[in-house]
Amino acid sequence: MTETLTGAQITVRLLERQGIRIVTGYPGGAILPIYDALGQSTAIRHVLARHEQGAGFIAQGMARATGEVAVCMASSGPGATNLLTAIADAKLDSIPLVAITGQVPKAMIGTDAFQEVDTYGLSIPITKHNFLVSSTEELLEVIPRAFAIAASGRPGPVLIDIPKDVQSRAIEVAEWPAAGCALPAPAAPSVQLEQAAAMIAAAERPIFYLGGGVIHANAANLAVDLAEKANLPTVMTLMALGAMPVDHPLSLGMLGMHGAPYTNLALDECDLLIAVGARFDDRATGKVAAFCPQAKIIHIDIDPAELDKIKSAHIGIVADVGEALQRLLPLVSENPRNRWVDRINALKTAHPQPLPDLDNPRSHFGLIRSVAACLDDEAVIATDVGQHQMWVSQAYPLRRARQWLTSGGLGTMGFGVPAAIGAALAQPQRTVVCFTGDGSILMNIQELVTAAEQQVNVKIVLMNNAVLGLVHQQQTLFYGQRLFASEFQAMPDFIGVARALGIAAVDLDQAADPCAALQEAIARPGPCLIHAGIDAAQKVYPMVPPGAANRDMIGA
Amino acid sequence: MNAINRNEQNELARAVLEIDVANHPGVMSHVVGLFSRRACNVEGILCLPVGDGRQSRIWLLVNEDDRLPQMIRQVEKLEDVVAVRRHRADHAVFTELEDFFRA
Repeated sequence: MTETLTGAQITVRLLERQGIRIVTGYPGGAILPIYDALGQSTAIRHVLARHEQGAGFIAQGMARATGEVAVCMASSGPGATNLLTAIADAKLDSIPLVAITGQVPKAMIGTDAFQEVDTYGLSIPITKHNFLVSSTEELLEVIPRAFAIAASGRPGPVLIDIPKDVQSRAIEVAEWPAAGCALPAPAAPSVQLEQAAAMIAAAERPIFYLGGGVIHANAANLAVDLAEKANLPTVMTLMALGAMPVDHPLSLGMLGMHGAPYTNLALDECDLLIAVGARFDDRATGKVAAFCPQAKIIHIDIDPAELDKIKSAHIGIVADVGEALQRLLPLVSENPRNRWVDRINALKTAHPQPLPDLDNPRSHFGLIRSVAACLDDEAVIATDVGQHQMWVSQAYPLRRARQWLTSGGLGTMGFGVPAAIGAALAQPQRTVVCFTGDGSILMNIQELVTAAEQQVNVKIVLMNNAVLGLVHQQQTLFYGQRLFASEFQAMPDFIGVARALGIAAVDLDQAADPCAALQEAIARPGPCLIHAGIDAAQKVYPMVPPGAANRDMIGA
Repeated sequence: MNAINRNEQNELARAVLEIDVANHPGVMSHVVGLFSRRACNVEGILCLPVGDGRQSRIWLLVNEDDRLPQMIRQVEKLEDVVAVRRHRADHAVFTELEDFFRA
């Protein structure tokens, strides 16, 4: 049956057909036709953020927690520019996102019209792909294709810029396109998998190196199966935490700049590195020439441009990580590898992760463990960016893929609160905890209003040391202790701020029994800010100085 | 730039890339952006539609660079890029254009 529909109605119908049930955004003049159509939709719930960047990170939280493509929207000009940081963040962490922006009418493009900016040009380097839609008819092709691109291969953000006249114009629609979904990746070549299995069998000191691709491919269980079968000690990048339970006997936790001493020392000794869905990021490798200097490398990644980018692989396999691991598993022989496992255990005993004051809930590590004690593995753990993020990555017992939401590649302060809201919207059955700092929370504090409005089950643990911790740390260690612009002179009353913005707040500093107060705050449904003062002199240790080899850790 | 200077420039290692792309606005920006973000100058650009005009062919003259293989892989990843072929710097496509660029 032929229907006459506007571009805006077509856009909303296509989102419904993609199975989208929540979109988040912020309206404005150039996207009002779409908002008008969205208001008529009974299938899609719109969550109004309080800043477009918040909308972008709410969508990211949905996408990261579920693995499905999430949608955010903004108007032209400042609406679009405010989205850019969240889109760039999604690009660097390979998060599937479709961002829809309004644009001034086609006839006004290029005239410096009100709220006109070259959104297409601005978004080229930070999207996987982008579109400027030039006709209403094109929407029928572009929107499903945007979803397919976002979800296929290495996931990423796709931006669709839609001029207002394209939204308003009505056309006849006789037939609807199929929903866009992930296209299968080419299969891993059998010969290469056999070679990889032979290298694993021949290796004496192999290490399995898991990256965020393992999470994106939903391949965490397969990775653990392979590690167990071949007894592969396993390191994870920041993005892969949760892929293997941190207390698994083969887990070496996170590698790199703030990895545990035994982890980086084990990598220094390995003779085979099996990198899966990882991209040899500089925060993971340290000085590249000194990273796993004795190791041969097997590198499996869905993105051919990642192979040989930083380190040349002896075997480079372009494949979906899940498919490759599934087929590698039967080819790999069981191997007790006693000498290497014993050596790893000796390194763990001799060079442990320093976790001082774990039993004191008023210390940074003690607070993190006290929060963990209130939760099970079903909880989602989000963070902002800074010292608190690294401490949580070191001390929180992450055990589940997609349990951990953090801004890795771009390292965006302000990520945590909106991403946690997004995760809670997508998975309302879960408790979502957001660890944040006194710097990060102020970068998207306005989203506390969104949390209050939506009554999401988000617990924000604010670790307040009244300084920009990582800057303070680097100035202390590497800039002659010249502290500049890293100590806040004025500190808001965060408890008062949270209450003023409509959410409950608890100050652990005032609590006689902080563990009990924490337990009560986490158990109470709905959003809550939990404030805890911590010591500004504490550092994230160990630390590999920028540019140094991972074996040269400070504070190990 | 005069002919002598250009010949001297040719002493530097160069490469010619032949890139088949979808023919619509923005594709050139996607391609050259991968070079400019690395502060890698594109020395020559040619582009014309091919066949029925749904595709174009872009010819790029670029300096040899350790990062060139990585840049080519990034170009290959672009949605609008169909194929990338690499040639030597003495490929006729640019040498035969010399007459149009005499000072």
